[in-house]
Amino acid sequence: MLKIDNLHVRVAGKEILKGLSLEAKAGEVHAIMGPNGAGKSTLGNVLAGREGYEVTAGSVTYNGQDLLALEPEERAAAGVFLAFQYPVEIPGVNNTYFLRAALNAQRKQRGEAELDSMQFLKLVREKLAVLHLKDELLHRAVNEGFSGGEKKRNEIFQLALLEPKLAILDETDSGLDIDALKMVADGVNAMRDPARAFLVITHYQRLLDYIVPDFVHVLADGRIVESGDKTLAHKLEEHGYAWIAGRKLAGAA
Amino acid sequence: MGAALLESLLGDGAALAPAAREAAVAALRRDGLPGARDEAWKYTSLRALEQRRYADGDAAAATRAVDPATFSLPGLDGPRLVFVNGAFRADLSDRCALAGLEIVVLAERPDALAALLADDEPGARSDAFARLNTALVGDGALLRVAAGAQVAAPVHVVFVGASAEVDLAWQARLRVELGEGAALTLVEHHVGAGAHAHLGNLVVDGTLAAHARLDLVQIQDAPEGAPLVRRSTFHVGEAATLSAHTLELGAQTMRHDLRVELAGRGARLRSRGVFALHGRQHADTHLDVRHRARDTACDIAWRGVADQRARGVFHGAITIEAGADGADAQLSNKNLLLSAQAEIDTQPVLEIYADEVKAAHGATVGQLDERALFYLRSRGIPATAARRILVSAFCGAVLGEVAPAGLRERIDALLAARLPLEEGT
Ligand SMILES: Nc1ncnc2c1ncn2[C@@H]1O[C@H](COP(=O)(O)OP(=O)(O)O)[C@@H](O)[C@H]1O
Ligand SMILES: [Mg+2]
Repeated sequence: MLKIDNLHVRVAGKEILKGLSLEAKAGEVHAIMGPNGAGKSTLGNVLAGREGYEVTAGSVTYNGQDLLALEPEERAAAGVFLAFQYPVEIPGVNNTYFLRAALNAQRKQRGEAELDSMQFLKLVREKLAVLHLKDELLHRAVNEGFSGGEKKRNEIFQLALLEPKLAILDETDSGLDIDALKMVADGVNAMRDPARAFLVITHYQRLLDYIVPDFVHVLADGRIVESGDKTLAHKLEEHGYAWIAGRKLAGAA
Repeated sequence: MGAALLESLLGDGAALAPAAREAAVAALRRDGLPGARDEAWKYTSLRALEQRRYADGDAAAATRAVDPATFSLPGLDGPRLVFVNGAFRADLSDRCALAGLEIVVLAERPDALAALLADDEPGARSDAFARLNTALVGDGALLRVAAGAQVAAPVHVVFVGASAEVDLAWQARLRVELGEGAALTLVEHHVGAGAHAHLGNLVVDGTLAAHARLDLVQIQDAPEGAPLVRRSTFHVGEAATLSAHTLELGAQTMRHDLRVELAGRGARLRSRGVFALHGRQHADTHLDVRHRARDTACDIAWRGVADQRARGVFHGAITIEAGADGADAQLSNKNLLLSAQAEIDTQPVLEIYADEVKAAHGATVGQLDERALFYLRSRGIPATAARRILVSAFCGAVLGEVAPAGLRERIDALLAARLPLEEGT
């Protein structure tokens, strides 16, 4: 589904990703772990199409097409979803209105019929029930005045509603207490599907107790420096990221 | 000043009836139009306009084809007065009788027009366009609400600029008088029927007696080629309230002066406004609010948006005069530039000569939040639609409570239609 090959990305004149390669197939959950500043959010932003990220080398292929050639909205319609590390507050734009505009914009781009407000509300109620969310968040402006946890839950709600094929979760766990973390994990687990791939970006191993990954990758200094199964996350938790740096040095020697 | 504009309109006749007209013509001949050195016009040059020639009014105004769909607004099914190129059109209007409301069409009542000109508000006598209006105006309306009367339906006053064989200048007057405790909703609406470059010149003045309330909605959606000058002056009496929503969308060179005198104790003004400009539009909005009595309050919030090569000017002046103790004045003006070639100048001015005054003002000029734009696009909303959503939310913040119901949605649609919001424009 996703093939990232030797990706080099420059931000504000500085090279952040330095030859990152990664492959994910439908149905797989990949965890990407790494220290702060490693380039995890940069990867998420590049995949979602944010401006200001200059790809200087490498490629990203998504379901056979050149993902980097698409506009952000085209990527979304093609099934790419980024749960933001820092969801944006948009005063004056009602959350329900936003969600319906987003869903219908995607459906329209895919040549599917748009949902009327009755159909949309029905869908919203279904998804709310699955995620055990209160509908109170829907009546407010997008993320405006939401607590950190509410913002993250709103991201997961969008994930559930938009049903992407490739979901990238950027530190959706950070800043959550254990109950909120479980809720987010439940939401993601309910979405796991043979037709869907996840990239779960996290700084801590904790989330991976609840969303059990098929693969774990360590992103450090702009590259994947180590890949393994879920036990890699536990080793990292035990030894810290310095352990990886040490192994890298040993490998280079 | 031998400017073509004045020559073409004043000619050499101008044997005009009331003394007020003669005085206005003499003053115009003496002073001409405001020049670059005039502080109040420093952002709006009249150089190009001054060199244009216009016919005085439209002899064929009665027969211009105007589709009523151009001015129909949801929620407005009460009285409607339609003026085409400055002249009243009974066939397009509806003077349905409402208790407590008297409607006078000025062209039908020369005595009322003469009385109105003789009793002009003093400031108008030193304003070039108001002088031009006084010199030439032949039509308009007088709305009088009896003391205690709550007029049951909004009054819709429409000014249509209709295309004609030549460019013409139209003048119109609108006077609104609210008796003690009276209440009225008035919608002043500017639209076009076909493309044209007519110069429109409207003078509105209103008086609110004690405890009266005027809800004013001004929707200016004139054709893009047309220059339009308006001067609205309101005198607000004791414990009376003027609540105004102003939307400036159309016209080419647009100047609107909104002058409010809070003259009686406890008089209040609430002003909400938006200008949304594109192409090469130029809109200059001047608010001038004077607190003249104790415990008066004004609350002003305006938003401006300029796209492409448009230029917006917002001048918001509040004066709290000596003796207006306990006044409360709030002014905020936020603006969005949607292109690198657009420009917005904002000048809040606050002068205080009284004691125990609460006053705050602030103005900003910024750009669309790129993070918000990306957030919307990352969810599948195309760039143009995302920009539209953000601009609409930005303007909507001050249009929340427009009455009557239904009008708000139409206003959103008008806004959306006016802003192309394509990237790279
Ligand atoms: N817009 C930006 N401008 C300048 N530097 C940036 C920008 N975005 C990220 N960076 C830098 O890129 C590096 C990686 O950042 P990021 O991808 O956010 O790391 P992570 O998410 O792994 O903590 C950091 O050194 C950060 O300072
Ligand atoms: Mg990050």
